[in-house]
Amino acid sequence: MTTASLPPRPSTRPDRTWLLVAYTVITGALLVIFEQNLPTLAQSGLLTLFLASLYFAHQWRAAPWAKIAVGAASLLFVLPLVGRDNGAIFDLIIQIAIFAALALGLNIVVGLAGLLDLGYVAFFAVGAYLWGIFASPQIGRIYEGAAFANGINPNLFWLFLAVGIAAAAFVGILIGLPVLKLRGDYLAIVTLGLGEVIRVLATNLTVYTNGSQGITPIGSAPVGPLNAVAARLGFTEDQYNLFFLYFLVLLIVGLVILVNTRLDRSRIGRAWIAIREDEVAAQAMGVPLVRTKLLAFATGASFAGIMGVIFAAKQAFISPESFNFFQSIGVLSMVILGGMGSIPGVILGAGVVTLLNLNLLPALSEQLQATIPNLNPNLDPAKYQRFIFGVILVLMMLYRPEGLLPSVRRQIEMHEGDDGTAVPDSLSDNAARAANGGALTTGRNAEDALSPGLATREENDRSGEER
Amino acid sequence: MELGIVAFVLTNVLVKGLLVGFVYAIIALGYTMVYGVLQLINFAHSEVFITGGVVGFEVFRILGPSPMNGYLKLAIALIAAMIVAGFLNVLIERLAYRPLRNAPRLVPLISAIGVSLVLQDVIRFLEGLAGRFNLVYVLPDVFTQRAFGVPVPFSTAIVPVQGKDVIVIVVAILMLVGLTYLVNYTRLGRAIRAVAQDRTTSGLMGIDANRIISLTFLIGGALGGVGGVLFGIFFSKVDPYAGTIPGIKAFTAAVLGGIGSIPGAVLGGLVLGLLENLIGVLNVFAQVPALGFLKSIGAEYKDIGAFIALILILIFRPAGLLGRNTTEKV
Repeated sequence: MTTASLPPRPSTRPDRTWLLVAYTVITGALLVIFEQNLPTLAQSGLLTLFLASLYFAHQWRAAPWAKIAVGAASLLFVLPLVGRDNGAIFDLIIQIAIFAALALGLNIVVGLAGLLDLGYVAFFAVGAYLWGIFASPQIGRIYEGAAFANGINPNLFWLFLAVGIAAAAFVGILIGLPVLKLRGDYLAIVTLGLGEVIRVLATNLTVYTNGSQGITPIGSAPVGPLNAVAARLGFTEDQYNLFFLYFLVLLIVGLVILVNTRLDRSRIGRAWIAIREDEVAAQAMGVPLVRTKLLAFATGASFAGIMGVIFAAKQAFISPESFNFFQSIGVLSMVILGGMGSIPGVILGAGVVTLLNLNLLPALSEQLQATIPNLNPNLDPAKYQRFIFGVILVLMMLYRPEGLLPSVRRQIEMHEGDDGTAVPDSLSDNAARAANGGALTTGRNAEDALSPGLATREENDRSGEER
Repeated sequence: MELGIVAFVLTNVLVKGLLVGFVYAIIALGYTMVYGVLQLINFAHSEVFITGGVVGFEVFRILGPSPMNGYLKLAIALIAAMIVAGFLNVLIERLAYRPLRNAPRLVPLISAIGVSLVLQDVIRFLEGLAGRFNLVYVLPDVFTQRAFGVPVPFSTAIVPVQGKDVIVIVVAILMLVGLTYLVNYTRLGRAIRAVAQDRTTSGLMGIDANRIISLTFLIGGALGGVGGVLFGIFFSKVDPYAGTIPGIKAFTAAVLGGIGSIPGAVLGGLVLGLLENLIGVLNVFAQVPALGFLKSIGAEYKDIGAFIALILILIFRPAGLLGRNTTEKV
């Protein structure tokens, strides 16, 4: 790869410090003022606009103090404030954070290591069922002991966060061991199958999981001091749990981002990328294939495991339907939309897809039903999630496979051959040459092209540099 | 446990398994042909095939009241399904796969998953306009009558076979024979095999690879359409989301037999059909004292059986039962 094919460095962007601050203040104020008086659709729109300030804080050139202030004010002040008066929005924000962590976990597997995992939600299910079974009356039904009639001591929640990580990583290794020797597309199908296996088991091992009825009520950790803070801030008692989980989730997403960034730049991260680019070459360079892949699988799974525990504590109800194939696809489309391998991209993807799915579409359909009373239920926009995920996947693959916020490495890779410099395949070689002005004469005069000696040298050049 | 009962259960498994197996085989052919020429798992094939099932449902529904001969209706349904599903597959290839042919491997696969999701909702939308979701086949009476019985050894019992079961087997076998002839003994078939073997060199021999790939999608899609109608006839109903699971099973069948191999897909389909029906009745054998543990394996575990078979075959014989071993090219 020559430096010539790097995208040009962006020209100095204008400093938008004050614009950023002004945007955040205005949208934040609007959101706080109007959160209850507007129709749902307008509320959703406002929330989206406000959340965009976090995106701008990341993207725009602005003074560091402004970025930190915008981030802190949004996450620690405005969102909890809005959440206090509007529980649905609070729930949504936590859901976005959960999905962001899931997407970051899948990003390690798909984005960094290049292993297409279509059953990712299975690990999420492991975490959720782990806490769900132990923290609900279900454990009492299994062991028939009065001690567990209402589940175990909720203080064990903290322990179970760790157990969730370990259990999911263990299942990841267990599933990974037999399948990671397979080539990419087989792996996709097998992981899809294993995801379904876990769902079928959750449905049919009725003794442990209560089958398709699901498990409820699932407890959450009691946090006395935090509850006192919440009470002081005017939260009602049933919101304490959300308040606690919100900050917990923020903390964990922060940790996940940190881990992800460190991994990305570490020796392991480079090994993953090497495997993604070319397994054989990576192996030849001394990367232990199966072990490195297993590590990617287990790391990705562990993120899903811990989020599963939190998800169960938030929902207080889980059933096999929360963990179907479709959820895996949802997380996958977040990763793809944002950009495989790009941490900010994946978070953006999680935000966009979750907002669209859980907030904008339902709000839109509510609005439509209010305006058009006899609306054909078939036209209900909230029912078109599959369609939207599908369109996202296809369009992104066709027009922007590197995602909305690509990582630099990925962007170069996906546009390899666009300028005819690096083309691995002989067919595309011809195509790229033809597109580039035709035949073998690109960049040389006709005389050179006719000379057999030079043509050979060109071949050698190519195989020396790119292969 | 009496020998007669065991024989009855097993004969039932055999009959049902072969029937389902033939349906899987027809669907598996679509996967295997596309994989043969492009090395792409056509994820959208499950929706292409269910489209065939929906077209078949529509034909039988519209022609339901007419006094027309049942077999004529069947022919119309099959042809309509072949045309619609075949051209749908060609369209998908043109729009979603062809622009990505030189992209990294995962890219067209993800695009295929996307197409599959889009199609699910498009079909649901179209059928939903008329307020339908569960599409229950309206079959002519001839199809549901008992055609003959399969005698059970060691017992006086008889496993009944309906007219529609006979149709499934006859149509499937006709398709398989036709396809085998097409691929092995015609110019087109030779071109398809050439493209599958080496696209670049076949291009040098004057074969238009794009045209052959389109035709392969057409044939694979048409077979999928037939598979969909047979699926609908056999299970009596389809719905817009019903394609995924049989789709994965058919893919499993293709891998089981050796992906890229036509007889392999048929063998894989039959084995898979028998296997999953066997798993479905395993709990019957729990009466045998030593096999009591089988009691908890209910019919719900059928689907798991297919996936476990897939994993086992990929670990121990990745080339499939009839496939040749190939090492990955560097």
